[in-house]
Parts: sequence; C-alpha cells; structure tokens
Amino acid sequence: MHSKPPRLADRFLQFFCAPHLLEEVQGDLHEEFEYQVVRVGVHRARWRYWRDVLGFFQARYIKRKPTVRRYGTYPTTYLYNPTMLQNYFKIAFRNQLKHKGYSFINIFGLATGMAVAMLIGLWVWDELSFNTYHKNYPRIAQVVQNQVMNGEIKTSKSVPYPFINELKTNYGESFKNIIASTYKDEFILTAGETKLSGNGQFMETQAPELFTFEMQKGTWEGLTDPQSILLSTSIAKALFGDTDPMNKPLKINTDLNVKVTGIYEDFPQNSVFYGVQFVASWDYFVATNPFMKEKKWDNHALIMYVEIKPEATFEKVTAAIKDSEFNVIKQLDDMKEEAATHPQMWLHPMKDWHLYASFKNGLVDNGPVQYVWLVGMIGFFVLLLACINFMNLSTARSEKRAKEVGIRKAIGSLRAQLVGQFFGESFLVVIIAFVVAQAMVLLALPGFNELADKQMALPLTNLYFWLFSLGFILLTGLLAGSYPAFYLTSFQPVKVLKGAAGQWGRIASLPRKVLVVLQFTVSVTLVICTVVIYQQVKFAKNRPIGYSRDRLLMVQMKSNDFYGKTEVLRSELKKTGVVLEMAESQSPITGVWSANTGFSRKGLALENENFATLSISPEYAQTVGWEFVAGRNFSKAFASDSVGFIINETAARLMGFPKNTPSAALGETVHWKSKFMTNDVEKPFQIIGVVKDMVMESPFEQVKPTVFLIAGGANWLNIKINPAVSAATALPKIEAVFKKLIPAAPFDYKFVDDEYNAKFSAEERVGKLSRLFAVLAIFISCLGLFGLALFVAEQRTKEIGIRKVLGASVAGLWQMLSKDFVVLVIISCFIAMPIAHYFMNEWLQKYTYRTEISWWTFVVTAILAVCITLLTVSFQAIKAALMNPVKSLKSE
Amino acid sequence: MKRVYLGEFEEIVLLAVAVMEGQAYGVAITHEILHQTGRDVRLNQVHSALQRLEEKGMVKSEMGEPTAERGGRRKRLFSVTAFGQRTLHEIQEVRASFWSRLANPLKLSV
Repeated sequence: MHSKPPRLADRFLQFFCAPHLLEEVQGDLHEEFEYQVVRVGVHRARWRYWRDVLGFFQARYIKRKPTVRRYGTYPTTYLYNPTMLQNYFKIAFRNQLKHKGYSFINIFGLATGMAVAMLIGLWVWDELSFNTYHKNYPRIAQVVQNQVMNGEIKTSKSVPYPFINELKTNYGESFKNIIASTYKDEFILTAGETKLSGNGQFMETQAPELFTFEMQKGTWEGLTDPQSILLSTSIAKALFGDTDPMNKPLKINTDLNVKVTGIYEDFPQNSVFYGVQFVASWDYFVATNPFMKEKKWDNHALIMYVEIKPEATFEKVTAAIKDSEFNVIKQLDDMKEEAATHPQMWLHPMKDWHLYASFKNGLVDNGPVQYVWLVGMIGFFVLLLACINFMNLSTARSEKRAKEVGIRKAIGSLRAQLVGQFFGESFLVVIIAFVVAQAMVLLALPGFNELADKQMALPLTNLYFWLFSLGFILLTGLLAGSYPAFYLTSFQPVKVLKGAAGQWGRIASLPRKVLVVLQFTVSVTLVICTVVIYQQVKFAKNRPIGYSRDRLLMVQMKSNDFYGKTEVLRSELKKTGVVLEMAESQSPITGVWSANTGFSRKGLALENENFATLSISPEYAQTVGWEFVAGRNFSKAFASDSVGFIINETAARLMGFPKNTPSAALGETVHWKSKFMTNDVEKPFQIIGVVKDMVMESPFEQVKPTVFLIAGGANWLNIKINPAVSAATALPKIEAVFKKLIPAAPFDYKFVDDEYNAKFSAEERVGKLSRLFAVLAIFISCLGLFGLALFVAEQRTKEIGIRKVLGASVAGLWQMLSKDFVVLVIISCFIAMPIAHYFMNEWLQKYTYRTEISWWTFVVTAILAVCITLLTVSFQAIKAALMNPVKSLKSE
Repeated sequence: MKRVYLGEFEEIVLLAVAVMEGQAYGVAITHEILHQTGRDVRLNQVHSALQRLEEKGMVKSEMGEPTAERGGRRKRLFSVTAFGQRTLHEIQEVRASFWSRLANPLKLSV
C-alpha cells in the first residue's frame, strides 16, 4: 500500500516555505508521514501531517533570507536592497554636487530641450485637436463642390441657393441635420446707445444643437423665432455691460431688428467658429435679403453644414450626393454653361477643416498638416540635442567613474545593478529637469502663445497630460541614460582598477564625436533655414508695391447709410485740412474682390485670362499715389472716361503692348464681355493710362493683370492723411466728420500699412519660430560643447603640463585643444548645407515672388558656427593652457 | 566566562545530534528524543532548534542522500562542531560540580 500526504497541505507548504528550506522540511514531513501511516493508519497520519505543516507556518520558515551562512555558499545579491538604494541616491547626489558645472549644464540643457519639446507638443496637440470643441465633430461635414474650369478642377466651399432645397428633399435620408449659413461677416450691432461691429453668421435653426454651443443663458432652440439672435459672452458684455441681455432688442446693421434669445460661451481659438460673436437666423436673413432667393444654380453664395446619421459614413453619403446638383441643372436650359463644369458635390469632414483645408485639382492638399509635422520634428530634434548633451557629458564623465564601477563590480555588484544605478541617476536628473522644464514652460507660455497666435495652457488637470509626461520622462530617461548605463557597465573591473584609463579613449570618443556632429548639423540647418526665411520675408517686403501705404486709411461702407454721402464726406474731410484726398473703391487696397474673364483685343486670345476688374473713383490715383507709366488719370471732365480703362503693367504686357513703350497702349480699344459687368454684351473700352503694378494681394505672388474702371459699386472709402499731419491728430478730426454725417455707423477704420503687413504674418511667424528654435538649438549644442571642452581640458591636464614644460606656447595649446571641435563643427556645416538647401528650396517653391538662396548665406552661417564654437571652447582651452605646469603635474 | 546561552530543549537536541554521530536529521532526532525522553516533540520545534544551534555555530550541516520515503528529497545531516562539543562539556562540568558539592544526595529525592 502506498498512500500520499494531503496534497493541499503540501501545496500550502510549498507556497509559504522559503525555497532553501523546503527540501529538508518537506522531506522530513514525508518521512514522518510514512512512519505514522504504519503506526496509526492513513487517516490519522493525514491529520498529523496537516498539524505538522501548520507548525512550520512561522516567520523562521517563511523568511526568504537564510539565517545561516553555510560553508561554500555566498549570499545572494538582491537587486533592490534598501541599503543599496540609499547608497545609490547618496552617490548620485554627491556626484551631482561635486561637479556643479556639469550638473548645471546637464539639468539646464535637458530642461531647455524638454521645455521646447513640451511647448511644441502643446502646439501640435492644439493643431491636431482643432474643432474637437464641437461634440458632434466626428459626424459633421461641409458640402463642397468640385467644378472643372479651364481644364482644372476647382474646389469651392460655396454652394448655390437652390441646392438647399434639393439636398433636403431628395437626399435628406442620409443626414441628421442640414444647415445653410452665410459666410462670417462683419456687421454693426446696435443696442440702445452702444454701437459695435461684430462678426457673425446667419444660420439655420438647428445650428446651435449641431455645433453644440455651450449655452450660458437660453437654449439651443434660441433661433426658432426668425427675429432672434444668439450672442457670445464677450460681445454680450460689451453691448449690455452687466445688465441681463436676455430678451433685449438689438439692431443688426440698422435695418434688422432682433431680440437676444441666448448667450453662448465664446468659441475657443482652436474652433473654426473662433471669433463668431453672434449667430442670427438664416430665415430672417433670406426674408430681408430677397436677392438671395432669386439666386440661381450658377451663383454660389452660401455655406452648407451637415451632420450625417450615426450609421452613415462620409464616403457613402458623398457617393450618394455626388451628382445631386448636376442631375438637376443638366435639364435646365439656362444652365448649360454651369452644367459644362460638371459640378460634383462631396463632404469635407470637420476633422479635416483645419489641416486638410486647401485643395489642389479637386483633391485635398496636405500643405498645412506638413507644417505641423515639420514643427513637431523640430521639437523632437531639439529634445534630441538635449539628450545628446546628456549622453555625451555622461559618457565623458564616465571615465571618471570607471573606478567606482570597477570597485562596485569587484565587491560583487551585478551588471544589472549597475545598469539600474545609472538609469536611476539618469531618471533622477531627468525628473529634476522635468520640474525645471515645467517652470520654464509656465513662464514662457504667454510669450509663446503670442508668437504662435494661440491660447494654450498647460493642461495640469488632464490625466492624459500626466500619462504623456510620464512617457516623456521615461523616453528621455532611457534615451539619455542608455548609453552611459550600458557603456559604463561593460568595463572590465581588472582593467579599470589597473588604471588603464586611456585605452578606450579613442574608440569611446568616436560615438561622442558622431553625436557632436549630429548636434551641430541640426543646429546649423536650423540657422540656415532661419536666415533664408528672413531673407525671403525681407525680399518680399522690399518689393516695390506701386503705391504709397503711408498714412492711408480704409473705411468699409458696412451699411446703407454711407451711400449717397460720399461727396459730402469728401468735401467735409478735405475742409478739416488733415485729409489730402478721399476715394471710393470696390475692393480694399489690400485685396482683389472682383476678377473677370472675357477680354479681347485685336484677335489676341484673352478670353480665358482672368483680370482683376476694380471699380474706383477718379480720386483714387492721388489717394493711393499711383505711379503712371503712361497716360493720364480718369477725369470727371471727360464723359468718355466712363468707358475708359487704366491698366497695370502686367495687363499691358498680357494685352500685347511692348514693355519698353507702354504709351503704345494709350488710346487702344479693348473689348469686354462680362455677364455681371457689361450685361453679357461685348463693349469697347479705351485705354487711357498705364500704371505700375500695385501689390494688392499676396506680396509673394505675381500681380494679377488689372483693369481699373469707373463703374460705381463702392464698398470702401480710402482716405489719405495729409503728410504734414500726424495720424494721431488727424484721426479724431476724421472721426468727428464721420460721426456728424453718418451717425448710425461706428467709425471703424483700418490702416493700409497694418493690413499690408498682416500679409506677412504667416511667414513672419514661421521666421520667428524658427529663429527661436535655431537660437535654442545653438544654445543647447554650445552648452554641450562647453561641457565637453571642460572635460577634455581636465582630462589632458597632465599632457598640457608636460607640453608646457617642454616649451609649448599658449597659442599652440589653444590651437591643439580647439582644433578637434572646430573640425567637427566644420564637418557638420558641410553636412547641413545640402540638407538645408534642399528643404529651403522646396519651401521657396511655394512662392512665385521669391529670393534666391545665395552661397554667402552658407558661408556666413558656417563662419558664424565656427566662431561660436571657438568662443565656447576657447574659454576652457585658454584656461587650461594658462595653467601653471607645476600645479597640473603635481595634481593626482 | 561568558558563554552562549543554551536552552534546555536545545541542549537535548544537541545531545541527540552528538549521540547519533553524523546520522542526525529532523525526523530521526524527533524519534530519538521520543524514545529517550518520552516527550512528544513536534517536527517544527526540532527544526527550529537545529536552526538556532546552527546560527550559534554549535552544529554544522550538509545535505545527505535522497531516499524514496522522502519522495526523492535529500535530508540535511547535522553534526556537532568543536564549539558545540565544548559547550556540552562545560554544561556537564557545571552540573558535575554542583552534584559533587551536594552533601546528601539521597535526601533530595524524598
């Protein structure tokens, strides 16, 4: 008979008993069990077994640590012994404190890198999270339209008025909501005595629900009554102060009477509706703007937002509505021309509105999103630079700590322990740097927000932010700590302790050199990019613009009150003595609002050429300071000037007049047939003057061929202040005239200078950002270089001493110590040049009016880089070279 | 002279180890004590005592051969160290000197 002890008891024993005791204890228990089976029987033996097992359940047998050192055995090394951990911390802090200079460079450099990466991370996050403020974000889209024009597919966000009805009645089943809206525009809001201009949109009733407005007062149903308006918190405060705005009457543009039915929280800066200060009813807009209803399929004037049903996808719905417009208009006789463009409707999802919003040949162009990744990459590189510093300095210093490693290993440290120790130290520094970086970010955020034109904040309460930060610390810690951790611990203790310190110098310094080269390559590339961007902006700014921006004001005629009063305004303004001239124009000076085709001259094929056609008043010439190349200005004295053209040089060239003799154009006849401007009848126009090209649109693009004519339809008043008077004294006087003559409208003016400069804002912003990054990259790189120079000088103290004793000069020593670094930096420059050239060339291709990348940019940058390197290194080099050899040779 | 304190049970176990001459291990010692003294000691008590003795350096141990009844597990065989032997002698001497000074040993048993 063979019986076994209770298995459960055995299991329990195996669970609690220390492994080194288990064999003897279990063996004894089993032997005893066998004995007891014979003596008292199986049943009672099992009971006794349980009793005995439980007898062993005490601290003595549970403790994993042996209490007896037996001959021939060694104590197991524990990876996490509290005493050792304490020792690691002690050593880590002592090391940091002992080398204050290194520690400062390490922590500060890393913190700077982290702060930059964090700022950029915030920026990228902000860009990527655009429009997520709106809760229905994943299902919202805008209906856009592709049309073939002149063999090219053009994408337009405007759809024709009859399309609303067509989509709602015949394709409604795919959508949860369909909303028509006007474009964002500026209106005058009047509440009692307060007049303000505010940006707003007229939208259909369900808009607040669709875009999940955060209502402070009122409900999403606020637009049910056509004569109602929803205001943003900020404009409500500006209009009504502290009084309750609900149900108060309000006027839009002096002719629309509405009632406030709701207040919504201002849209954040990363929403497409940022700056929309009020939303009013679409129905009321249509009712009061009868021309809207009369618009046909060929007039695109409104925006349509849709929300698809939860089960639908954008692709499916797009497929369903693709031909919705085409199917209707191909049957209409008066829409043959429009049908020829083969309009195709499709849905542009809200998630793409910000970063995938430019279209090229009917497809989404990934320009903006590339910027985001580019900036993200720069952030990553700056962080990389900081990590490289950390690695470089740690490996350099490691030779100092080689002895420590040797001793630790000799005493019985495991490699894993040492790796742990160095990673631990790395994390310690990284965590300190992280805290410093947080402080830096907090300090720098307001400035950065201004620079980047954002409203970002550190999301300190966001769990994801902390998770991300943790990942960030881990990544940086691993990146920065891995090299020293694995490199250092691979030392052989015997060699280290013997003092063979020099033997790994050459090989070990190779990766360090590679890292320095990498660092400076990134920095120099950034510097070159910055310089090129700066040159491009400067180049465009110095472009002759063909008119004078100085003290030139623009006032938009926002309401009907302006009309018929321009003559009075002109004479009154001139009477004040501060105004030189005032002129009306259809487009602002800094934009082209009207462009048409249909020109022809003596058989030249101009029909498809798009000309800017700008209606002005004769005073325009003096107001903006036109420079006539040939001919004369419009004059009220000649009635025939109403069919006269003044053209710009580009137009003259296009019309076939020789460049050298622009006067050849004078008196020539140009025919024009335009649906809107000449009632679809071909009319002859006579050229009476040629002016220099006026840069009205982007200063980076070619000037459009332009014809100026007198055709009424003024939208803007342009006022030139007398050059003898300062703007500050002139403005109150001008305002007084406006207040007197047009009391209903607020005096809102814009300086042409400001408007023009705003055209550079994107480029200037990129320029400023890249300058910031370039400076930081150089700074971080130099910090690292400084640390390395410090190290090398220290390392070679003895060598320098001996050289000096043997008669080396200070200059010679300085040269010797600096040479290595300078060579590295020069190599970096040569690597950076083609890279920077490639990227900047790509970037410049975007601009028609662009500067050339000149060779001296590279030369100057390279010289600059070498100079900075020399400055950084020389401090240490000269200090080391000047040292008294007696001291350096005595030191051990 | 300062000597290491030895409890009564530890002394018994140490004597058992000495008597068993290299064949002493947990179960065997337990049975030996049971036969010699009639005390039903438990295995864990013996093991604890052996550990304490080893910590004090009075016994040393090595692993023996595995046997079938132990499920192929080895036993830990204990033997008395020189220090242990000296300690036993000292205890013996202290007792002997007290016994020798006792005037009438028979009266004691009454």
